[in-house]
Amino acid sequence: MRRNPRELEHTHKVFSRRALLVGGIQAAMVGGLAMRMRYMQVEQADQFRLLAEENRINLRLIPPTRGEIFDREGRILGRNIPSYRIVLVPEDAGDVDKVVADLGQLVMLDPEELERARTEMRRSPPFLPITLADQVTWEDISRVAVNAPALPGVTPEVGLTRVYPRHEDLAHVVGYVGPVSDYDLSQLEDPEPVLRIPRFQIGKVGLEAKQEDLLRGKAGSKRVEVNASGRVMRELDRREGEPGADLQLTIDADLQEYVQARLGGESAAAVVLDCATGDLRAISSSPSFDPNLFVRGISVADYRALTEDKYRPLANKTVQGVYPPGSTFKMVTAMAALEEGLIGPDDTVYCPGYLEVSSRRFHCWKRGGHGHVDLQNSLKQSCDVYYYDLALKVGIDKISAMANRFGLGVRHDLPMSAVAAGLAPDRAWKKRVHDQEWLVGDTANAAIGQGFMLASPMQLAVMTARIATGREVAPRLVKSVNGVETPSGAGEPLGMNENNLRQLRRAMYAVSNDRRGTAYGSRIIDDAFRMAGKTGTSQVRNITAAERAAGVIRNEDLPWERRDHALFVSFAPYENPRYAVSVVIEHGGGGSSAAAPVARDVMLQALYGGKPPLDAYPKKDRGRIQALQERLEREQRPRARPDEKDRA
Amino acid sequence: MSYLEYNVKATPSGLRKVLYMNWPLTLLLISTACVGFLMLYSVAGGSFSPWAEPQMKRFVLGLAVMGVVAMVPIWFWRNMAVVAYGLSILLLVAVEFVGATGMGAQRWIDLGFMRLQPSELMKITLVMLLAAYYDWLPAPRTSRPFWVLVPVVMILFPTFLVLRQPDLGTAILLMTAGGGLMFLAGVHWVYFAAVIAAGVGLVSAVFQSRGTDWQLLKNYQYRRIDTFLDPSSDPLGAGYHITQSKIALGSGGWSGRGFMQGTQSRLNFLPEKHTDFIFTTLAEEFGFIGGMSLLILYALILVFCLSTALATRDRFSALVTLGISINFFLYFAVNMSMVMGLAPVVGVPLPMVSYGGSAMLVLLAAFGIVHSAHIHRPR
Repeated sequence: MRRNPRELEHTHKVFSRRALLVGGIQAAMVGGLAMRMRYMQVEQADQFRLLAEENRINLRLIPPTRGEIFDREGRILGRNIPSYRIVLVPEDAGDVDKVVADLGQLVMLDPEELERARTEMRRSPPFLPITLADQVTWEDISRVAVNAPALPGVTPEVGLTRVYPRHEDLAHVVGYVGPVSDYDLSQLEDPEPVLRIPRFQIGKVGLEAKQEDLLRGKAGSKRVEVNASGRVMRELDRREGEPGADLQLTIDADLQEYVQARLGGESAAAVVLDCATGDLRAISSSPSFDPNLFVRGISVADYRALTEDKYRPLANKTVQGVYPPGSTFKMVTAMAALEEGLIGPDDTVYCPGYLEVSSRRFHCWKRGGHGHVDLQNSLKQSCDVYYYDLALKVGIDKISAMANRFGLGVRHDLPMSAVAAGLAPDRAWKKRVHDQEWLVGDTANAAIGQGFMLASPMQLAVMTARIATGREVAPRLVKSVNGVETPSGAGEPLGMNENNLRQLRRAMYAVSNDRRGTAYGSRIIDDAFRMAGKTGTSQVRNITAAERAAGVIRNEDLPWERRDHALFVSFAPYENPRYAVSVVIEHGGGGSSAAAPVARDVMLQALYGGKPPLDAYPKKDRGRIQALQERLEREQRPRARPDEKDRA
Repeated sequence: MSYLEYNVKATPSGLRKVLYMNWPLTLLLISTACVGFLMLYSVAGGSFSPWAEPQMKRFVLGLAVMGVVAMVPIWFWRNMAVVAYGLSILLLVAVEFVGATGMGAQRWIDLGFMRLQPSELMKITLVMLLAAYYDWLPAPRTSRPFWVLVPVVMILFPTFLVLRQPDLGTAILLMTAGGGLMFLAGVHWVYFAAVIAAGVGLVSAVFQSRGTDWQLLKNYQYRRIDTFLDPSSDPLGAGYHITQSKIALGSGGWSGRGFMQGTQSRLNFLPEKHTDFIFTTLAEEFGFIGGMSLLILYALILVFCLSTALATRDRFSALVTLGISINFFLYFAVNMSMVMGLAPVVGVPLPMVSYGGSAMLVLLAAFGIVHSAHIHRPR
């Protein structure tokens, strides 16, 4: 078919025009692409480079090694041991079910843990290791290692976990660590990222919690290159962290062990304080518990057993428990009056067995009264009326101030959980808290450490040390941090009249050395180590007039919860005091019968630095003491055995 | 002008034809293919397997096919246009029944030695048919409604079949290339204005229909559109690809991170790094300079096609050459826009560079026709 040349010419012109137009559009779009490329690769390159690096580089934390805890002699109280766990990399295992079944033939696998592992496996990429069993014994690990060729993808891994070789002995002092909980994280304003590492351990209670910052150390970090699915391709660099600081305590672990054993199953607390430095040589709360149970997570049954025990093993009675100090407070009342110059040591008060205070009778513990008593006699026999009289003369505010100077009613700064301030009440306090006027009767009660008055066993030991030295002794628990000694708790002189203090000490000496003293039965007869002390028996109930008329019920006939607390405070040697000891036995009955013998035994153990010779005891007691020593040794030995195993 | 009017004696014959091939175009194609080999070697972590080596073999095969097609006189291809178009339609229908499913769409027929994507073939045969149609149609009728409707049906029928697979990307490419050819053929611009207006209406209808019973697109297609409009809305899901692609491209900077040093592709942050996203790897490792180099190679290919089309007095030759060039342009423009975040992810490979046999073979065969038009142009 022939075409008209003009027509051909026209179509060709149209085509050329349009072809150039299309070419122009294409050129514009290519230009647009080039502009876009320039914008992204030249102008925004830095931002995109940063994003690419963020994609590629992953910061991984290296958990720091927790600082260890030693006693004053360098004996280990809390340390890290390798903890073995069995992990499985599903990718390398191939047939996971078969491998797990084979592994189950070699070691016991907890079905609960397995179930958790399977859930984790489904969620995470196959190259990430999954823990199948935690805290596996060395024997199991060796079995797995030997059979490694038959168990593809299974590897033993080593981590660190905390152990407390002294078990029950220092549970309340050292406390324990545990896995970081959501609650722990919520308590912190800006939790360190290291806390989010799975299975990372944090101090929960006691020193472990209070010195967490020192013990934890600083996490290191490594930068790794990861691919899109999170697999680590290589390590780029690493920054080592700082291990936690090692803490040396003032505690003498062997003495602590003895004290713990001596307290036996009683619900009791005992404190041994070094008078010169304020060092806490032993600070025992009984009964105790094994902190190792808590490290991995305690079973419900074990935990319930601890919480439902009426002796409250979890409570640290030495600093957390507060008790009416009873007659052990009488030194404070006496010192308040002496320092005010209202009485002299030889001035006497007549005790008819009671004191009439605003038409109410305040009884002395001895119905018949003590007759005329001076300072020494009143303390020795623990006459109540003498102190009622002093207190009414000097007034509560002076007594309260004196209590504060002796360390009662003030919070001592110790790295332990729930350190109680106790209470040394005054007029302002009662007005503020109870919105009531202070009554004369309140003063009488306070004079003998009853009523509102509350003190912890640790505070009583501090009070005793301050009386013994005349210095403001402050308790100290941490002796050194990473080998650097902490300041001593020796304290400045209290600024009290030295003669008054001497009179007070002499009166305390009489308590446990004079034939008529309330603690004469618990005296030390070694002349080098003579002990001064004071008994206390604090009521936890009111004795009604009717009961008093019918004859006060004997403690032994009361249910345990209503019996009196038994207290004893002491220092020794009398001439050159080294240790102050306080003992509180909850509902133990009388201070002289229940608390003083314990305090004496503890004091001797501390003074001799081990088992004291029998001739430090009064002759008639020696047989009984020897039997007790033998029994305690028998009891201590099995508890020592697990330590040997840990050390091996 | 019909082939009967050719001065056949003036056209080269025998082996002399080889000298008259469009050699600059051939060299440009070889260069772009080499860029492809280099990148396939890189994304395989410095290895010829699994991608670079098969790609090279296919390219050699493709060059041979191109040469053979180039030697055949252009009027033969014009006469074959209807047959080729019919065959493509048959294959598109066949893929409905025997096609393998990949990524939620039926797209290829497994021939054993290669996977044939009929839709790739369709892009070229549609252009051939339209070029032949306008070569046949007397010029005055070009803009008559009936004679406009005929090519519209020719375009829409395969488009409909491709949409059924469903492959929205190829469908849009088919329509655009077909429309572009009609425009080049001289159809009155009013029709295009009307189609564009209708297109705008259709787009709004597509969005309006979302979530109703008469929803026009599949949910994944809507999600792709959403992701395109705001990739950051779903950075770990559907937006992941585009976000990572942009990071890789942008982080290349001026001169790139170095051959085989692109972290985004080496550490698998890039999806489909050997096929649709291969340009990203190029831009990451060779930077703006590398990306621009490839873009310039592509642009030069377009220029040589345009010059071939303008130089020939044969209407079929001119139309088919520019039709193929438009197709080629659409390939790389859509692919690059996609990886730069300018277009939704529609699954269009980068021509001559992305790993994939049938696309490259079909493309090289198509350039064979361009060569043929060049060799056999009326003198």
